[in-house]
Amino acid sequence: MLGNEAIARGAYEAGVKVSAAYPGTPSTEISENIALYDEIYAEWSPNEKVATEVAIGACISGVRAMASMKHVGVNVASDPLYTISYGGVNGGLVLVAADDPGLYSSQNEQDTRCVARAAMVPVLEPSDSQEAKDFVKFGYELSEKYDTPVIVRTTTRLAHSQGTVTLEERIEPEDKPYERNSGKFVMMPGNAIGRHVYVEQRLKAMTEDGSGFAINQAEYKDTSIGFITSGIPYQYVKEACPNASVLKLGMVHPLPRKLIEEFASKVEKLYIFEELEPVIEEQVKSWGIQAVGKEIFTVQGEYSANMIREKILNEKVCVKEAAKVPARPPILCPGCPHRSVYTVLKKLGIHAAGDIGCYTLGAVPPLNVIDTTICMGASISTLHGMEKAKGKEYIKHWVAVIGDSTFMHTGVNSLMNMVYNQATGTVIILDNSTTGMTGHQDHAATGKTLKGETVPAINIYQLCKAMGIEHVVEVDAFDIQKVEEIVKEEVARDAVSVIIAKSPCVLLKGNVFPYKCKPVEDACKKCGMCLKPGCPALTKKPDGTIAIDDTMCNGCGLCEQLCKLGAIERVKA
Amino acid sequence: MTKNIMIVGVGGQGTLLTSRILGGIMLDAGYDVKLSEVHGMAQRGGSVVTFVRYGEKVAEPIVEEGQADVLIAFEKLEALRYAHFLKKDGVLVVNEQKIEPITVVTGACEYPEGIVEGLEKDHTVYKIDAMEEAKKLGNSKVFNIIVLGIAARHMDFSKEAWLTVIEKTVPPKTVEINKKAFLTGYEG
Repeated sequence: MLGNEAIARGAYEAGVKVSAAYPGTPSTEISENIALYDEIYAEWSPNEKVATEVAIGACISGVRAMASMKHVGVNVASDPLYTISYGGVNGGLVLVAADDPGLYSSQNEQDTRCVARAAMVPVLEPSDSQEAKDFVKFGYELSEKYDTPVIVRTTTRLAHSQGTVTLEERIEPEDKPYERNSGKFVMMPGNAIGRHVYVEQRLKAMTEDGSGFAINQAEYKDTSIGFITSGIPYQYVKEACPNASVLKLGMVHPLPRKLIEEFASKVEKLYIFEELEPVIEEQVKSWGIQAVGKEIFTVQGEYSANMIREKILNEKVCVKEAAKVPARPPILCPGCPHRSVYTVLKKLGIHAAGDIGCYTLGAVPPLNVIDTTICMGASISTLHGMEKAKGKEYIKHWVAVIGDSTFMHTGVNSLMNMVYNQATGTVIILDNSTTGMTGHQDHAATGKTLKGETVPAINIYQLCKAMGIEHVVEVDAFDIQKVEEIVKEEVARDAVSVIIAKSPCVLLKGNVFPYKCKPVEDACKKCGMCLKPGCPALTKKPDGTIAIDDTMCNGCGLCEQLCKLGAIERVKA
Repeated sequence: MTKNIMIVGVGGQGTLLTSRILGGIMLDAGYDVKLSEVHGMAQRGGSVVTFVRYGEKVAEPIVEEGQADVLIAFEKLEALRYAHFLKKDGVLVVNEQKIEPITVVTGACEYPEGIVEGLEKDHTVYKIDAMEEAKKLGNSKVFNIIVLGIAARHMDFSKEAWLTVIEKTVPPKTVEINKKAFLTGYEG
């Protein structure tokens, strides 16, 4: 089972009744798998804040609930998280946060444990798929016993690794009775003051009791070397030093101090082996314990067994140096509608404030259209900030580009701000009818739910109109002449405008591709126009003319439109 | 003793399906198995790598430099990129397809010449133009299963076990063509 599948299974076995999430690599498959269980209501919410609040509502009503998200999603959810930490729970509440050391699919490498410490919420960290399932179940027990939300923290390597898992039956806990308790769930100052006292007691109790939790385990072997570790790094320790003593922490916040002190006193040389921030290390050292951690191990990227072999065992592990080869970064797919819009922006010399999604790839060669990418929804607000700083003429060579799912996530707030504060900028919504980068999840504007039901779709055009934006235009993303006309007109306009460039993601299931593009014999003059957008189906032959890979081409016709010599034709597939 | 297999290629070439077949056969044989894959952005035409480890008890889910027993490469350049992961006596199975990365298409880099010949100097290499073979079978998509068939010769599972796991793993409509593709590689 994939780590994420195991988390879903854990939720099922623990008797969870409500799950909410917004997709985000590496957490997406948790919800996709939870949705397969009829016993659990599961939804895609527009963003992580909403998802967390949905789970909180379910928890207050008396059932076990889950919200799952990637690490940067925790930032969006942090508002409810920090306060529900004070309120505590009725039914159990588990938040799954998936960190991404190594930045496989993220904009930063933040460590959720730091957020959890600030929010005073306990964190469990599994080290394989079996534990992923077991720790989720234990998380619900802790949540209800200590009256606290619990975070289960994973990383990309755990989320996307598979291991064997023993399945158990689902338990059906009775719903907790609901009784009005404003002292607990109405967090105004007078109530919150008292709850903050409780939160401190709770952490003390868990610090104390944690030394007895079975998930925190000291394995004593050769005591000349000892490791304190958790999660996936534990596996690297077992791989590189199978005979060393190991204190494996299943709960990484709060730390079981007694157990750690005892372990430290029994080993000669103590190492703390944790990916990302020195969260365990700084606390352990603050207790006067001597240990080695970030002095030799980095705060960046993923760890490995080879790191231990090299840094501690002084073994040379590489048989051979890595060959120097051209990089192969990810690219937009052949037939991707984003490429078409970017080709127009590039031609017009327009800069784009970008956002989070596949379309972020417009920032790299050969397109080089996107100048900024910060976080979900930021494209629209950063464009607005530029205008307020430099004036409306300055942003006539700028647009904001944002996907449909990201627009529904937090872009919509930023657009409201543009209207309210009288911006004149142009926003292009790249509407490909899905959440593309995470593997095609539905959202409020697609008309389908996570459970597969057909529902009324929020109409993005009408939504923009309802904000009072006069100039909202829909256009076929592949009609480059029309896109060019509209972009020119809208960026020149002294009013806020929205261009919705529509065309479904080329990878969406059920798409049909009636056409293929083919070179016309002897017509190519080797000008290279068709190669400019960087479609992977097109390559230059040794003689300088063009070849189109039949298996890759989806017949979108962008290259055919760009070729002014008629050297590419679009034919029935 | 844990055995380490790596599958490398270009996003969209079917590394995930191949790794699931591998994982399946190892589980059926009663081994402890760990797989590690890449999802999300990196899949969009980028360089992708999947690790499969099996043995009595497997700890880490990844294969590290200098430790791979078998490296299955669906593309030449990717074979070169990851060749240093091979053990001294490791086996490389490479599909001789060339897919130019965007860095080559834009002219920023050059696609190296003589990749396979170079690798043959240092490693035991089995090469095949699997795309050509797959086209002969009538479905170019199954090229990855042909490559898997060659790699399977270097693992200790029976032909029947492979065919059973393929039947369980691939979409029902494609069982026959995938079995044929496997045998094309396995029986040579």
